[in-house]
Amino acid sequence: MSTDAAGLGRGRAVGFVLPALVLIGVFLVFPALWTIYLGLTDYRLTGLEAAEPRVVGLDNYTAALGDERFRGSLWLTAQYVLGSAVIGQAGLGFSIAWVLRDRRGPVKRVTEGLVLLAWILPSSVVAFLWIALLDRDEGTLNALLHTPGLAWLLDHPMPSIIVFNVWRGTAFSMMLYGAALANVPPSHLETARLAGASTFQQLRDVVVPRIKGHVLTNLLLISLWTFNDFSAFQITAGGPEGRSEILPIYIYNVALSGGRLGFGAAISFLVLIINLVVAFVYLRLLRTRREDARREVAAP
Amino acid sequence: MNGAGRHALGVLGRATFLALVLGFFALPLLWLATAPFDGHPGIAMSVPDFTLRNFRALLGNPYALTSLRNSLIQAGGSAALVVTLAALAAYALSRVRVPGRDALLYVLLLLSSVVTGTAAMVPLFELATRLNLIDTHLGVVLTMSGGLLPAAIFIMKDFMDGTPTSYEESARVFGASPLQILRHVVIPLVRPGLATIAVWAVANVWGGFLQPFILLRDPDKAPGAVILYTLYTEGGAPRLDLISTFSLLYSLPVVVMYVFVSRRYGFRFHGGIKR
Repeated sequence: MSTDAAGLGRGRAVGFVLPALVLIGVFLVFPALWTIYLGLTDYRLTGLEAAEPRVVGLDNYTAALGDERFRGSLWLTAQYVLGSAVIGQAGLGFSIAWVLRDRRGPVKRVTEGLVLLAWILPSSVVAFLWIALLDRDEGTLNALLHTPGLAWLLDHPMPSIIVFNVWRGTAFSMMLYGAALANVPPSHLETARLAGASTFQQLRDVVVPRIKGHVLTNLLLISLWTFNDFSAFQITAGGPEGRSEILPIYIYNVALSGGRLGFGAAISFLVLIINLVVAFVYLRLLRTRREDARREVAAP
Repeated sequence: MNGAGRHALGVLGRATFLALVLGFFALPLLWLATAPFDGHPGIAMSVPDFTLRNFRALLGNPYALTSLRNSLIQAGGSAALVVTLAALAAYALSRVRVPGRDALLYVLLLLSSVVTGTAAMVPLFELATRLNLIDTHLGVVLTMSGGLLPAAIFIMKDFMDGTPTSYEESARVFGASPLQILRHVVIPLVRPGLATIAVWAVANVWGGFLQPFILLRDPDKAPGAVILYTLYTEGGAPRLDLISTFSLLYSLPVVVMYVFVSRRYGFRFHGGIKR
């Protein structure tokens, strides 16, 4: 809509937009650009380089590639995103939405409520809840499994934070697939079922073709969020010995805790680039879907 | 297998699956429901020996209540700033064809998901240091608002586009100035949108950990998220009575707000915007 109904005029309109743009510019765009420059220096929090940082070109990047800790962190991040988002959250979220699709009543409400609660509680709270759950001596999980003294967070840090993040983030996928499944006509499923199709065949032939767009949207968004998620820091802080040090925690530990700001900025820039690629693909997808929808509306 | 057998197996399978899901999601949460009221709270979940004494321990802790006040200041300040600036910008972008508008909106949407706290923590820390914003509420408010604004403008513009312009036109006929029209005509119309943005901003800042953790060194300024983290990571055996009651008190506003919004306006997706 671009009819200027209130008689705002171009000048005043610009005045309305400007304050927001200034804030975004200073606290979002400028930091992003500054990361590029800082990543090319040997800037440190303390010491000689803090007073007079030198431009070292691509040294930070070559150092990172040669650094075993960085390569290890990349590998852990891939496991984290693939395990907890792509397989865990999307898989569990879809399964719950599928099982609940034509249910009504308290079972559905309670299940959805609990899954949502895990999603909306503040990260500091859920982090402690999981520390308590997985505690070596008195944790509820050890009591349930009769495995006293098993230190989950020390012996299996990566599986622990992966399961944690599945628990934390499944709600979004559940709701998205719930909405998507509501658009699959029940009559099509019924026909397939009467023709003797198994659940797997129904999913493959009737459901998946109709929700393909949603699946892609879902996978891109949850991967992006999980890739940037800092909550695991509050459970393991990357330990023990860096065995759960995914990229966000790695950046914090190296740059702000370890003081190597220039090096940390270089890694941050890599994160920015990866985010940018994922977001581009997502927006491209959104646009083609919107155009398809427009064509469908226009066709009949 | 015959149809009836397959059906029964299906029902059984679904029931088992749902029971497992319920167990998985309820298990970590049970502690939060029981420990605050337990006379001797342990890490293990147990039926509480009911008491409200733990809440008194909370009142005696110097940082607990201050931190909730700090959370309120930072969340309230960010929400006010985000709602005001987003409403102004979204209104102008919705009603006037500012040159380069579509490109601007596209870039905003891109920025909102690309420049995250994780990707920008080094420059944000640097920026705050140089602007003397370390250890100030303002530093947290400005950084958080900058991150939330692009998505907020986007959601707000959706709401603005959805309201008819005829009211504004008739108000203009009666000689109202643009600012009067905005205040008395447009804002009442888009109130659900403003409420959505406000709640969304408050929930984000209230639960946000990374930015205040980086920008605040002084525990007197730290919000609930950071104080809770220090309660269980710093020094000696964790005070479980304190942690449990504080967690509950600190979580409550978010849950209440969520219930309020979903009751009042229903739960809607806005292009998959989460935090």
